[in-house]
Amino acid sequence: MDDLRDKYIALIAEAGDEAALEDLRVQAVGKKGEISLKMRELGKMSPEERQVMGPKLNALKDEINSALAAKKEALEDAALDERLRAEWLDVTLPARDRRSGTIHPISQVTEEVTAIFADMGFAVAEGPQIESDWHNFDALNIPGHHPARAEMDTFYMHRAEGDNRPPHVLRTHTSPVQIRSMELAGAPIRVICPGRVYRADYDQTHTPMFHQVEGLALDTDISMANLKWTLEEFVKAFFEVDDVELRFRASHFPFTEPSAEVDIRCSWEGGQLKVGEGDDWLEILGSGMVHPKVLEAGGIDPNVHQGFAFGMGIDRIAMLKYGIPDLRAFFDSDLRWLRHYGFASLDVPTLHGGLSR
Amino acid sequence: MKFTLSWLKDHLETEASVDEIAEALTDLGLEVEDIINPLDKLKNFTLAKVKSAKQHPDADRLRVCMVETDEGEKQIVCGAPNAREGITVVLAKPGDYVPGIDVTLSVGKIRGVESHGMMASERELELSDEHDGIIELPSGEVGQSFADWLAENEPAKVDPVIEIAITPNRPDALGVRGIARDLAARGMGTLKPAKDVHIEGEFPSPINVTIDEDTRDGCYVFAGRLIRGVQNGPSPQWLQDRLKAIGLRPISKLVDVTNFFTFDQNRPLHVFDAGKVKGDLRIHRAKGGETLVGLDEKEYTFSEGQIVISDDQGIESIAGIMGGLETGCTMETTDVFLEAAVWNHIQIAYTGRALKINSDARYRNERGIDPAFNMPAIELATQMIMELCGGEPSSVVVAGEVPDVSRAYKLDPARVISLVGMDIPEAEQRQTLTKLGFRLEGNMAHVPSWRPDVMGEADLVEEVARIASLTKLKGKPMRRTQDGVPKPILSLHQRREQAARRTCASLGYNECVTYSFIDRASAALFGGGDDATMLENPISSEMSHMRPDLLPGLMQAAARNQARGMSDLALFEVGPAFHGGEPEEQHLQVTGLLVGRSGPKDVHGASRPVDAFDAKADAEAILAAIGAPAKVQILRGGPAWWHPGRHGKICLGPKKVLGIFGEIHPKVLKAMDVKGPAVAFTIWPDEVPAPRNQSATRAALEASDLQAVERDFAFVVDADVEALTLVNAAAGADKQLIDSVRVFDEFIGGSLGEGKKSLAITVRLQPTDQTLKEKEIEAVAAKIVEKVQKATGGVLRG
Repeated sequence: MDDLRDKYIALIAEAGDEAALEDLRVQAVGKKGEISLKMRELGKMSPEERQVMGPKLNALKDEINSALAAKKEALEDAALDERLRAEWLDVTLPARDRRSGTIHPISQVTEEVTAIFADMGFAVAEGPQIESDWHNFDALNIPGHHPARAEMDTFYMHRAEGDNRPPHVLRTHTSPVQIRSMELAGAPIRVICPGRVYRADYDQTHTPMFHQVEGLALDTDISMANLKWTLEEFVKAFFEVDDVELRFRASHFPFTEPSAEVDIRCSWEGGQLKVGEGDDWLEILGSGMVHPKVLEAGGIDPNVHQGFAFGMGIDRIAMLKYGIPDLRAFFDSDLRWLRHYGFASLDVPTLHGGLSR
Repeated sequence: MKFTLSWLKDHLETEASVDEIAEALTDLGLEVEDIINPLDKLKNFTLAKVKSAKQHPDADRLRVCMVETDEGEKQIVCGAPNAREGITVVLAKPGDYVPGIDVTLSVGKIRGVESHGMMASERELELSDEHDGIIELPSGEVGQSFADWLAENEPAKVDPVIEIAITPNRPDALGVRGIARDLAARGMGTLKPAKDVHIEGEFPSPINVTIDEDTRDGCYVFAGRLIRGVQNGPSPQWLQDRLKAIGLRPISKLVDVTNFFTFDQNRPLHVFDAGKVKGDLRIHRAKGGETLVGLDEKEYTFSEGQIVISDDQGIESIAGIMGGLETGCTMETTDVFLEAAVWNHIQIAYTGRALKINSDARYRNERGIDPAFNMPAIELATQMIMELCGGEPSSVVVAGEVPDVSRAYKLDPARVISLVGMDIPEAEQRQTLTKLGFRLEGNMAHVPSWRPDVMGEADLVEEVARIASLTKLKGKPMRRTQDGVPKPILSLHQRREQAARRTCASLGYNECVTYSFIDRASAALFGGGDDATMLENPISSEMSHMRPDLLPGLMQAAARNQARGMSDLALFEVGPAFHGGEPEEQHLQVTGLLVGRSGPKDVHGASRPVDAFDAKADAEAILAAIGAPAKVQILRGGPAWWHPGRHGKICLGPKKVLGIFGEIHPKVLKAMDVKGPAVAFTIWPDEVPAPRNQSATRAALEASDLQAVERDFAFVVDADVEALTLVNAAAGADKQLIDSVRVFDEFIGGSLGEGKKSLAITVRLQPTDQTLKEKEIEAVAAKIVEKVQKATGGVLRG
């Protein structure tokens, strides 16, 4: 019996392919195989002999089967290895192209500003961009003869012959949305109004369209000191710095009184802006306490309600924060620019996750 | 507004430095834009004395000088003709920067002789254009700072010039005296008392003045006087220096006097050459069509109602804006008629704007001058003319009356504190106003005549706050509008806009922000370009009309990118389009444009030209993202800029269009210079109905455990049968059982014959109560075939 075992173990080890192995299986443990035949002989044996031979033959059969299985797996592995050797892929080839889109810096920064002010209770208001002369000027305490009208480089809409209304304008600032918001919601109110504005000016640093965000907060006791705090909080959050110094400088806007231009402390080192440190001041916005006439124009009693308004350039703060050099490129849609300065679709600015990555 | 430090000191007694003054001005709201301090660039230069000057051995025009300096005797080669022994000169040493030649000096050899510095000319130090020789000083010690010497001996040459921006509310600060008053109120010194003179007329004025009845509301008062026997000529040096320092060209004594008052006290004046004035002066309104050549030698044509000054010959002056050339003063003028008037500032603004004249007089008269200063001004100007030019004054003729602008507002110290949020004591508030010229009677503050901007209590608050210094304002936290977690603030419209934008970018589009105005031709291609959406004053013909649609802007962007060699583009914009010229005629669009191929050529063969179904897929994804219903109709008949057979409107009913997608019309592509293929979509987010369900809770999920069954059908239909009709028919066969119907193949022509096509669909059946038996499946299948045939005439493909 040992001979039989040795013979088949040796033959199995030598089998070169699955067919040869199958032949051996039939030869050894198939229905008419050598071992099967021997097992049939068990019936003719005495019980004593059977007790000895039975387990031996079973063990032999198991051993041969295991050997067959092991060899089969080995042959399969070898065949797979052979196949895999042939299946070489140049993985340095480029993958299938997948377009990746971008969000424009204007949109991204508008969302950043919105996230910050929303936390302070400001809603977002919108208004028309072709605006009535009254909403853009008169209601904001800029009467027809006011020099500010001439200084604003206003775009006027064409008026048909016989239509004697004053021509509509392309809004020169987001401030008319203040009036519309007051008309709509009254006081108390807290809104920001982001959007496109237009001025007839085009040079190195001016484009005939740009973006502003207006802020308006009215209540019975809101002061200019509240304005300063609000802007300090905004600037810290927006520029993602722990501390920043704001300087209020007296100024004049027809729609606020008192009025202040606001500078932030900064440094310019190697053309790089750092907010909150250094000896330079950077003007970032205009602001003030809403003029009583403006409140009245919005249908609000200036003896009861008071509050502040501010306006700043979205494009400008985007340029400052992200180091974008040229305003005109914002509106040129150069794909290289859009990809370089754009933001990923899932980079949604939030206060809990951070505004920028 | 420019002024010099010495000019300021005519009105302000102060020891403050230029920097301190500049800082205070900016803080007060008179923002300093520039300071030119000539001393800054002169601080290195010292005085030296030439001990000897000998001819250069190798150059005729050069001299080798031995110069005594604070660092001992130095050898300097000099080419100036006046370099000679004994003169006191200004020395620039090696290492010094010489501004006029933009060079930092070093020890050099000139034609073989060493030179240790240079002796400077006025031009080399940017003191004047003088370059005929080096500076020779009449006094001074070797080693003394040249800057110190100038400050002591020729202060006009080193008078610092300050330029400030004046906001429209502060006409008083358009005069040096007004600036001095602000600084005094801030505590930067003391305002010198106003000069008060009266010059008695020696004879009656031969020129009389009248104001027409209909012009009294445009000219409140006009005062004038003749000064005869004057001698005109160039102004004295001090006056010329002042005017030059602030960028004005000195003209003659008479004209320079008027310019002096314009800037000194914000008081425009005019001088007529009385010899050229015929008869009396009449202030009246133009009839329209008259002309006048102004002092700027340009001809102006008047419109009806504009105010002018005429003599017997006709119009001689544009009232308050510019005098006429004919009666202007020249060097030969001997009799001068001096004018000081107060005009209606609105009238001036309109006339100035209409005639497009930007003169210093218009600038001031339209912002508002001090009416109470009208009569003192004529006296002061007479005095100055007589001092400079001699002459005898007539008595003053006056037409109209100095307007009474007196008014008073209540100072409410508590309100000031409440509005500003700064604790400014009442006494300080009162003192501030007093120093600014307000007169306090109890709590009523009477406004000074030079402050036309102060029109209410709020203006008093501003005055107090700005003098107290807003720089000192400390931020105070503003209460939240509610306790606890802030509520969401975005409206449905705003959330949709944001979702649409972020979805577009996720789909691989690059967001653009293009101008809201485009050229007329492009606007016209997209249904706009009419006069209602036209700008009256565009900055270029490329930006003349409000865009009717976002596509033309994106196509122009695509053309620009193609010109830069980028051919495969996916651009989108979310923004307003304008369907009219009224404020409410604006709507939001989300527009995407695909041009070229789906991607660059690649080894996988995945790149292919973009087609209408790319645009459709993206439009559907965005609509889903903003909550549009899944079941929509696709209708044809969109606007003309789409390919007539290859576009579809995504609709809820024929009038409710949520979006549109398809190929751009080839003619439009060509007109916009875009190389196709180009497909696009536009979505109108505001057309998507608001969700009915306001609750966050979802409907329960119905997911059956029973085996779903899929069956395929192929129908032969006419080629113009739309797949959606067939799909809807099939789905209608058993609404309970049929879970979905999907088209998976379209085959046109071939063995089917002309005008026929085959559409293959997969129908998925989802039983809900028991597993489907073959018989039931066959029954549904038969129903599907029947429904499809009824709806489309299609038959099962054999």
